[in-house]
Amino acid sequence: MLLNQFLILAAFLFCTGVYGVLVRKHAVLVLMSIELMLAGVNINLVAFGAFHNSNIGQVFALFVLTIAAAEVGIGLAIVLLIYRNLHSADLDDVDTLKG
Amino acid sequence: MIAENVAFGIIAAAMALGAIGVVRTKNVVHAALYLVVVLAGGAAQFILLGQEFVAWVQVLVYIGAVIVLFLFGIMLTRAPMHPKDSLDNDLRWPAAVTSVFLVGILVALLVHTFHADKVDVTAPVRTGQITSSIFTTYIVPFEVVGVLLLGALIGAVVLARKD
Repeated sequence: MLLNQFLILAAFLFCTGVYGVLVRKHAVLVLMSIELMLAGVNINLVAFGAFHNSNIGQVFALFVLTIAAAEVGIGLAIVLLIYRNLHSADLDDVDTLKG
Repeated sequence: MIAENVAFGIIAAAMALGAIGVVRTKNVVHAALYLVVVLAGGAAQFILLGQEFVAWVQVLVYIGAVIVLFLFGIMLTRAPMHPKDSLDNDLRWPAAVTSVFLVGILVALLVHTFHADKVDVTAPVRTGQITSSIFTTYIVPFEVVGVLLLGALIGAVVLARKD
């Protein structure tokens, strides 16, 4: 297998995640797009680990997974708080600081 | 060798379609289910690369826990379920141009840099190797990540509780 096929798949996932973060209005969907980007990064790390025959790639992928789980927990708590205060999870409604 | 590439192609196509589904679907619950396809495909790619431990951790943590958390978030925030309510803002075309530009640059750079490199998976990496590496070389980051998870847990409880 070529190394590039994994890297290009990861690049595609990352850029799809970028599109989702830019386009989506609902806060939970933005968090899901961030998960897409992190999945691409994980594929990159694991592919390079397999390429160099070392297990460092897996170890770092595990750390990324942990950070992603923490991020989703905190992120959904913040989304819940926004929903409770504004009665909407639409990110276009969060414009109090706009003046 | 050919079987590996065929398997890669099928899984990668499913992952690409799932990723496009996550950012294009008009139903929020369907987006979470498309994300399951992408993450399960990622786990399958890890197994293809002989990295089994992280593949099963991905299945347990992502598909088992994170997706359920997303579904809870969707249910608790009463997302628009009707197809007529748009989930996208009006930045669709600039965002598409940006991400296509980004993927073009990345693919060009990757093809230029790694065009001849091959991954040889002879034997899967054993879990014992991973754990010995976590608990010796990377013990400090491991403990820091544990404290971070504790902080995230307490922070989520403090943020989300009614007072």
